[in-house]
Amino acid sequence: MDFKRFGFITLIIIVLFSVVVMVGQAKQPPLLIITSMLATTIAVATPLTLGALSGVFCERAGVVNIGIEGMMLSAAFFGWLGGIYMFQIYDMEAGISIALGVIFAILTGGLMALLHAVLSITFKVDQIIGGTVINILAVGLTGFLNRQLFFGKGSVFGGSVPSSPGVLPTIHIPIKELFSSVCGASTACLENVQAINRVFDQKPIALGAILLVFFSHYVLFNTRWGLRTRAVGEHPQAADTVGINVVKMRYANVIIGGMFAGLAGAYFTIESVPSFEPLLTNGRGFISLAAMIFGNWTPIGAWAAALVFGASQAMLINMQIFRDVIPPQWSFLQESYIVGLTPYILTMFILTGIIGKTTPPAADGVPYEK
Amino acid sequence: MSESQIVLEAKGVTKQFPGVLANDNVDFDLRKGEIHALLGENGAGKSTLMNLIYGLHHPDKGEVFVNGNHVAIHSPNDSIAAGIGMVHQHFMLIPVFTVAENVMLGDETTKRGSLDHLAVAAKITEISKQYGLDVDPNALVGPLPVGIQQRVEIVKTLYRNAEIVILDEPTAVLTPQEAEDLFRIMRDLTARGVSIIFITHKLKEVLAVADRITVMRAGRVINTVKPSETDSAQLANMMVGRQVILTVDKKDHEAAEEILKVEGLTVRDQRNLETVHNVSFTVRGGEVLGIAGVQGNGQTELSEALTGLRSPISGKVTISGKDLTGKPPRIITEAGLAHIPEDRQRHGLVLSYTVADNMALCDYYQIPFSVRGVIQPKALDENSRKLISAYDVRTPSPFVNAGKLSGGNQQKVIVARELSRNNVKLVVANQPTRGLDVGSIEYIHSEIIKMRDRGVAVLLISAELDEIMALSDRIAVMYRGQIVAIVDSKKTTREQLGLWMAGAHVEPA
Repeated sequence: MDFKRFGFITLIIIVLFSVVVMVGQAKQPPLLIITSMLATTIAVATPLTLGALSGVFCERAGVVNIGIEGMMLSAAFFGWLGGIYMFQIYDMEAGISIALGVIFAILTGGLMALLHAVLSITFKVDQIIGGTVINILAVGLTGFLNRQLFFGKGSVFGGSVPSSPGVLPTIHIPIKELFSSVCGASTACLENVQAINRVFDQKPIALGAILLVFFSHYVLFNTRWGLRTRAVGEHPQAADTVGINVVKMRYANVIIGGMFAGLAGAYFTIESVPSFEPLLTNGRGFISLAAMIFGNWTPIGAWAAALVFGASQAMLINMQIFRDVIPPQWSFLQESYIVGLTPYILTMFILTGIIGKTTPPAADGVPYEK
Repeated sequence: MSESQIVLEAKGVTKQFPGVLANDNVDFDLRKGEIHALLGENGAGKSTLMNLIYGLHHPDKGEVFVNGNHVAIHSPNDSIAAGIGMVHQHFMLIPVFTVAENVMLGDETTKRGSLDHLAVAAKITEISKQYGLDVDPNALVGPLPVGIQQRVEIVKTLYRNAEIVILDEPTAVLTPQEAEDLFRIMRDLTARGVSIIFITHKLKEVLAVADRITVMRAGRVINTVKPSETDSAQLANMMVGRQVILTVDKKDHEAAEEILKVEGLTVRDQRNLETVHNVSFTVRGGEVLGIAGVQGNGQTELSEALTGLRSPISGKVTISGKDLTGKPPRIITEAGLAHIPEDRQRHGLVLSYTVADNMALCDYYQIPFSVRGVIQPKALDENSRKLISAYDVRTPSPFVNAGKLSGGNQQKVIVARELSRNNVKLVVANQPTRGLDVGSIEYIHSEIIKMRDRGVAVLLISAELDEIMALSDRIAVMYRGQIVAIVDSKKTTREQLGLWMAGAHVEPA
């Protein structure tokens, strides 16, 4: 990742934040707006970050994965469904049901990825078509099962959606407790510390995603596994001649990537809201891919790019809060669909390559033949 | 070399590929500290034999012994463990990795889970000192010159403690000086007890460095000889199986009027890099201008610009005074260009078309092949039968797909189509004999000389210095997109050309 790219990312985030601060300062102090924006940014960037990591692992090993969207969607559904089954049918505790739901989601992602691996590595199907198959399959399967299980006569749950075991709890990071003594008696200071604390009080998948970014970076660039993964994605013949099993490495990385996408799916239905609706991923898998490309196939770069998209979504959410104080000359910002376009416009803009070209792994998308 | 211990032995190795018996009951042995050359045409089975020994393919029959012990080789891991290393013709290096990363790949040293770059770098430095290889472990491989990349490949094998090193066509990509360097390294290695199998089809090199020479043809070992007991002609006969004329017979050069004139030509490649830089030269009727140079010095883009496949940024190209700069290929072809392209399968032929169709690719739209926009199969058929016999194309019928022919016959289809047209004034031949067997090379060379003797201007681009020297009347050397010298071929030497090719700025003698 070059400085130009990080500079651009920082610039966009600052611009997006500034717009909200300018509009919202009539209602709330800037620090409060910034911290709540940051908190939202990190939270909504979570599935994008994990989706982008999914892509990084697949494509670094030489398999193009446009099926992240479908992997996320099916993981969101089956993770949620698994939680409901555990909770309602097997009468497990809510906490355990939620945890098992997350595991179901990860496994679903892994299984969908296995399908992609079989198609693209073993049968050497065009990888774009393989990914499209995953996406179509996910839409059909989740939509169909959702209807068969919950709606209509004779459905398993008799026409109503049972209550799910709930969502993952927020993890409180004790910044307030540690630093409140610094403030003494000043209530303004205390409020500020509390506001800052809100940025760090995230849910487990959101926090885990950030740890996974750095862990993935370490694995890819500092370990034997990473060196071999990158080798099979750059020059599989070369890897083969030094005794590396190209097919195994590719399978493993595609499945690992799928599990990342599965965890991203869990974010939607187990961490964010405890419900499922058809097509709820809404293109985020594809935005993840854009983040991966803009991040030049590196975990940290992809994360930074995911934060840009997160910030644009946070802007959308916060604009709703400040809708009534938007100045008349900026009235177009009242239309949520205009603000809502920002991530997609950013995606197109970024992918034009204006901010410097990125280089995919040399053998990305090329099936390996001896 | 005395009769020392045999370190590697292959016995009765047989390998059948669909339609080809690539190795037929091959016996081969290698003694400690010797350079054993494996000589043969393309498709003779040299590379197959080595891939079997290295574990990339599996033999149908036969056994391999290392130091007298039978070893079962199922994958490169097994051969590496047995002390065999291989430097492939196309380097197996990852350009975006450093030298150290490339060397350790597959045999990584780690410290608490992290790659131990320092330890690897230290070992590489030690190896390169010991064998005079001089590589920097921290350099990125991509930008390194091919000669150095090849050393990295050799270091890779030594890093794995290889005692037997297979070099597959190692000189194909090197300048003569780099090749000399490689031979020095090979001798250093053998002096330290490493045994080398040297695969090549270049007779001179074999005679210069090998201790023993084994010649293969059509999947069989023909003979194993010592260089002191043989010569080029005998080796060539063994390779091809018949008498071969190694020198090109050509009459003295008769200068005629200027045909091709190139002035200040500048071309960019698809990455938008300027690969041809302000190039000017002329080719006259009845002469062959050879363009020598290591591959990748702008020859591809130069020929593309001349033949209309790529538009130049600036400069002027004229054929017989007609300005054809940046004109489409059809206009240039109609002005008298015959083009033998560098990549015969991508730019020379439509592989899924029949031989007959391919032979009319330049003028299918003209009478007699086409009448009022309708193709005349009869005319195509007649034309192809005529050319097949005139140019000795070995094909079962004119209606076989071009993709089914051997490389040499594919090239003959192109040569027949291009050179048989009646208005040809200029031939641009880019690597016309690359990858062909000696027999086909001999034939294509004679056709090129025939064109020259008819008064046609010929521009020959080749990375093979021998080919350039044999055919050209004048020789231009290309280096980094520029023509660094143009000389009379009788007044220069291989060494001089080699220096220019390597970028040494010496004034023409």
